[in-house]
Amino acid sequence: MPTTDVLVIGAGHSGLAMSRRLTERSIDHVVVERGAVAQSWRTERWPGLRLLTPNWQTRLPGGGYEGDDPNGHLSAPEVADLLDTYARVIDAPVHDSTTVERVSRVDEGYQVDTDQGSWRASSVVVASGANSRPTIPACADGLGASIHQVTTRSYAGPDSLPDGGVLIVGAAATGTQLADELARAGRQVVLSVGEHVRLPRDYRGRDVFWWMDASGVLDERYDDVDDIVRARHVPSPQLVGSVDRRTIDLASLRSLGVELVGRLGAVRDGVALFSGGLANTVKLADLKAERLLDRFDAWAAVRGIAGDVDAPHRLDPTEVDASPRLMLDLQKRGITSVIWATGFTADYPWLDVPVFDHKGRIRHEGGVITEPGLYLLGASLLRRRRSTYIDGAAADTAELAEHLTRYLDDHARSHVLL
Amino acid sequence: MSTTTAPVDNGVNTEALLGARDALREAPAAAQFTWRATSEWVRGTHSKQTIDRFVGLGAEQQHKKAFVLEGDHPEVFASEDHAPTPVETVLAALAGCLTAGVAAVAQNRGIQLRSVKAVVEGDHDILGILGGDPEVRNGFNDVRVTFDIDADASKEDIAALVAQSQKRSAVFDALTNPTNVTVSVA
Repeated sequence: MPTTDVLVIGAGHSGLAMSRRLTERSIDHVVVERGAVAQSWRTERWPGLRLLTPNWQTRLPGGGYEGDDPNGHLSAPEVADLLDTYARVIDAPVHDSTTVERVSRVDEGYQVDTDQGSWRASSVVVASGANSRPTIPACADGLGASIHQVTTRSYAGPDSLPDGGVLIVGAAATGTQLADELARAGRQVVLSVGEHVRLPRDYRGRDVFWWMDASGVLDERYDDVDDIVRARHVPSPQLVGSVDRRTIDLASLRSLGVELVGRLGAVRDGVALFSGGLANTVKLADLKAERLLDRFDAWAAVRGIAGDVDAPHRLDPTEVDASPRLMLDLQKRGITSVIWATGFTADYPWLDVPVFDHKGRIRHEGGVITEPGLYLLGASLLRRRRSTYIDGAAADTAELAEHLTRYLDDHARSHVLL
Repeated sequence: MSTTTAPVDNGVNTEALLGARDALREAPAAAQFTWRATSEWVRGTHSKQTIDRFVGLGAEQQHKKAFVLEGDHPEVFASEDHAPTPVETVLAALAGCLTAGVAAVAQNRGIQLRSVKAVVEGDHDILGILGGDPEVRNGFNDVRVTFDIDADASKEDIAALVAQSQKRSAVFDALTNPTNVTVSVA
């Protein structure tokens, strides 16, 4: 059976960045990938998806974006191409078309069984991605066969949906972008809005990610965040990476004719029932956005750069109907499709090591999994807010590679003693 | 410049609440509560509800004493008005729940409250319950809560308090979201 010091699962941005860190330290490793490099970016993204972060922020250790449009936003195929180039530049030892079937503990480390044979490794880095399975609420079962249901992964553009109106459930980045796209394509759109994050694309003349980067918001550590369990489940912001740098928010959608309703609570006899709490959901997001802008302003004042950026301004309060619709009879109202934009769950059915909590989440401290020698990468707020984005991989992998090196040293030492 | 101020005290033990949150995340079975009220008809539309025991933290629990609520209808409904109408009790429950949330969130955020008052109104077209118009629902059409809060905090912070209390309110959720309700005969 082949052996290696470190086996990295997944050749996305996290797994590749870790490979680079291990190469820097001359640590023997392999990267196994079920498809090709950046597989999910090639095969599991809806057409039209672009990164929320600007190109200059697509930074990776020893690589990253080098094109001539630093303020643009990469499309999914462009991300895949960038990662392809990166894998070649860093000479990552990728074993593609290799699907992991089981990871288990053995005396001196881990055994990794794949459809291409088994490996022994002292350490395993789980970088298989945070978006393995779309989350669909249980009430989907009540919709009946006549309604066409897709997730944001299976959605293939406005023309892929049957004629008629569309109910989009979820108002994070993708849900709002699809509401925008479908309304512009002339569809009747109802958007079910639960807890969400409002962000302007630009603030005081700079990209909102510039502000978050420069002011230190993205460097806030996981162990400084008030309630990390909750924070890791906050949906992605209502934001779009687009050529015209437009701000997408509930007001812009409303002006396109999108009907905003509360969180989907149940489906009974083909009737969708929505929460009556929309006004508060919207108020919470407005207040949170204002607090973030306040923080930017305070930082700009302290740093003395207030003169280098435009004057501060505030967002208009989001308006919703005084009495938003609580019930929607889908058939009667001509709704033929439902899009579940309700997020993803990370799934590790092959990880046969007791590291899961009762919700099936891996127990870890900033990526250091509770079982020695196991590491997690590429998860929301893994070590800092930046971890949620590609740009987080550089620091996360630097720190975890250091931890991993110490583990290997101790491990080798104890092995010799035995 | 630093000033010495008295610690914020709204009478809420947030340490215990946050501790419970962390403990129950690890032991979710203990977080399963069943609340209970028993009810007995008196006469006419008048009834009495007793609230005494509930299940939680993996055991049968008991209030310090049994509490009794009553329900009746007003004289304009040709009743004797011995007690609030149950729909009014629902509004009272909403105010009680949101106010508790305001106090807890304020404590957690270090905001000293001086007074928290609220007016709750529910618009109700009674043609629904009378069966007078099939298109009118039985329940409220709209519920409005107006808070009047005096506290050591900015207008924005007070707005955030009220918003957060709704986000974490059981009664607000119960009123705004559908719930499966099963009524059977023993």
